[in-house]
Amino acid sequence: MNRGIAAYLLAAAALVALTAFAFSVGRYPVSPGELWGVFAAKIFGSAQALPDNVETVILKVRGPRVFAALLVGAALAAAGTAYQGMFRNPLVSPDLLGVSTGAALGAVLGIFLSRDIWIIQAFAFAGGLAAVGLVYWIGSSVPRHDPLLALVLTGVVIGTLLGSGIALLKYLADPYNELPAITYWLLGSLASITPSELGAASLFTVAGLAPMLLLRWRMNLLALPDDEARALGVDTRKLRAVVIIAATLMTAAAVAVSGIIGWIGLIVPHAARLLVGPDFSRLLPLAMLIGAAFLLAVDTLCRTVAAIEVPPGVLTALLGTPFFLWLFAVSRRGW
Amino acid sequence: MTRAAAMLSVEGLAIGFPRRTVGAGIGFSLSAGEVLCVLGPNGGGKTTLFRTLLGLLAPHAGTVRLDGMALAELSRRDIARRIGYVPQAHAGAFAFSVSEMVLMGRTAHMSLFAAPSARDREAAERAIETLGIGHLAERAFTEISGGERQLALIARGLAQEPQLLVMDEPTSSLDFGNQVRVLGHVRHLAAQGISVLLSSHQPDHALQCADRALLLGEGTCIALGAPRDVIRPDTLQRLYGIDVRIVETADGVHTCLPDYSKRDRPHRNSA
Repeated sequence: MNRGIAAYLLAAAALVALTAFAFSVGRYPVSPGELWGVFAAKIFGSAQALPDNVETVILKVRGPRVFAALLVGAALAAAGTAYQGMFRNPLVSPDLLGVSTGAALGAVLGIFLSRDIWIIQAFAFAGGLAAVGLVYWIGSSVPRHDPLLALVLTGVVIGTLLGSGIALLKYLADPYNELPAITYWLLGSLASITPSELGAASLFTVAGLAPMLLLRWRMNLLALPDDEARALGVDTRKLRAVVIIAATLMTAAAVAVSGIIGWIGLIVPHAARLLVGPDFSRLLPLAMLIGAAFLLAVDTLCRTVAAIEVPPGVLTALLGTPFFLWLFAVSRRGW
Repeated sequence: MTRAAAMLSVEGLAIGFPRRTVGAGIGFSLSAGEVLCVLGPNGGGKTTLFRTLLGLLAPHAGTVRLDGMALAELSRRDIARRIGYVPQAHAGAFAFSVSEMVLMGRTAHMSLFAAPSARDREAAERAIETLGIGHLAERAFTEISGGERQLALIARGLAQEPQLLVMDEPTSSLDFGNQVRVLGHVRHLAAQGISVLLSSHQPDHALQCADRALLLGEGTCIALGAPRDVIRPDTLQRLYGIDVRIVETADGVHTCLPDYSKRDRPHRNSA
């Protein structure tokens, strides 16, 4: 338990320090004093003597991006934590049931039809929900199969089908305008996020998070074999449907604003589980803290490490792959 | 102690999976504090019967009454408050501690959004103490031995505070010492008024620790009664297709002695 508290404190401290750091660094450096001045002025309403461009950099340029990294990181980590528990498999990521592929197909279709960012995001969100809805509907209407296995296999099959839809649209796309936009979207980016997009994404993330927090104890029972959880008094069908809807809302909201940023939903729940164990009520908040801090660190690196922006999905893969392999090599039998 | 009304009563029950019936014409009842041992070959329907009694499979025919109420009308939560389920020991996917695992037995006593209360933690601790596994409480369920896991799962079943414990082959993966220990716990729980329904591959287990035995084979109930009345060479021959002698020891205990000398013949019940 002491170890758990230490992990929470450390993650929270890292998050605060990283946030301050992310606001400070960049093409226009801001000193910690200036940063404090701007926030103090906003919070306490005191007059400030700082130049306007400092405030613009902090609140208008970096603010939405920092907040987006925190939000998307936390949402992907929470969804991954829920999925890994529910599918009783630590190798599962939140896009197992096709939410990312569905969202990608939606976004690509949006780019194909229109260049309006709102239409692209609405299509991405709707595509993610529709893909998971389709997978769930097919997976739960095949009788006489293990319900989890049916869901996973349906997810793989539908994911492949949607993937070929993306390939077709890329093939048909105009190679000078649409194809670069599609490729760019598929790589994922937090660079061009606006406050109104953030508002929408926050709303869906909170809507997905609420049932998970409320059901945090009961979620643990989904890690047991289905018969056992039912014999202990849980309606696993309903609970699983609620968790899938909640995780899908969060993932779809994240993917719609940031594109596909892999690995976070896979490795962050792992790291959190190593620190506080598998109990969902302790695991979920820590995973969200770590996820937020991790994506913020990655995104800050992405915009500062080179003259051009590095896509965050590339960096999460570069960091995630060795971490995952290390975990795989050292892990004991239980996760 | 006077025999109370039947805790569990089963009449004309047909069991099986959707579109495939495994057994039919099964009927028995179980009173408070009684131990009933189900014997039968692999694939004979023991697990299917237990899953039906737990409401996890729909019966193909017949009725199951639990505590005087029709099982079909009880919710999952209502069933879990009356029947504790002890599955065969498995490793599980995540390293929950033994005390967390036992605490999950309290789910049916908690409201939908609740976390375990102090009362739930006490009940889980009591169950752990009853099984004598207090020293394992903080160990990871994935890292203890099969025998220890089985004891932890029994503790979880007890934490449900049930009137009936259903134990699916609780001894099948255990060494000799742990088999005897688990069955000792079964007798102890029955003495406290909990009914126990268990299955086993060892007729001796029924002879030595059950009040009654139910022989499940050929798709139906072959025999039901006091173990020493129904476990006979002829019934075991029907059930398993082997020759077994029943020997009575000097102090009056019956035990099975299989005949190992004969070459095995194919058996019609083997699945």
